[in-house]
Amino acid sequence: MGTQTPLARVEGLGAAHSGTEHFWRQRVSAVALIPLSIWFVCAAVALAGADREAVVAFLHQPVNAIAMALFVIASLHHSVLGLQVVIEDYVHTEGWKLALFLCNQLFAWILGAVSLFALVKIAL
Amino acid sequence: MAQQSAQRPRPLSPHLQIYRWPVTMATSIAHRATGIALSAGTILLAWWLIAAATGPDAYHVFAASAAHPVGQIVLFGILWSLAFHFFNGIRHLAWDVGFGFDVSTANRSGVAVVLLSLLAAIVVFLLAHGVLH
Repeated sequence: MGTQTPLARVEGLGAAHSGTEHFWRQRVSAVALIPLSIWFVCAAVALAGADREAVVAFLHQPVNAIAMALFVIASLHHSVLGLQVVIEDYVHTEGWKLALFLCNQLFAWILGAVSLFALVKIAL
Repeated sequence: MAQQSAQRPRPLSPHLQIYRWPVTMATSIAHRATGIALSAGTILLAWWLIAAATGPDAYHVFAASAAHPVGQIVLFGILWSLAFHFFNGIRHLAWDVGFGFDVSTANRSGVAVVLLSLLAAIVVFLLAHGVLH
């Protein structure tokens, strides 16, 4: 800490210039996923083996549609953050790392858009 | 001189397979592996939602795939991954706020998480099949 300028110390961002942002987002999404995962498993158990009408009727309920949307968003957010660390740890070629960061982000955005579109279509 | 020292076999640091795996190391690796598996699982979640939104035929394809033995193995794998990542994630959150980070507690909680996740996955799987009621 001795070589840090006073400004750097106040900003508290460290060598990565992003501070604890990634760590904190990972924890927030983790905590959010505790109740959401329990809800999702209960829903999945209730709907296992059910026909499409039952699934649509379940997700037509606003509470269930919103909970499922939150589960999708929190899961993908948590997944992007986790996979980013995996890429950072194992991929050391600058070009590959950048390409995989892009894939990670874009893949999650596409999956999220598709999942939420499906949910909106069912719920409305 | 320089050439001689280059030819002499250098000591190698022992790699992964040399060590006896401590519980904490195994659970740490498993946390990452299950996280990757669950990330892949979001594709199946999207497929399920799209199939439900599309129509009876699309949903039938999903349901038939899920009921197939291979589908059942995949789903049980994802379920166990979710259970493990869930319980081990709570273990990590406890560490974050300063609980249970000493070696003996971390070892015991690691074993507990493995057993608990397997038990939870089996119970949920049986519940989903209407076995336990």
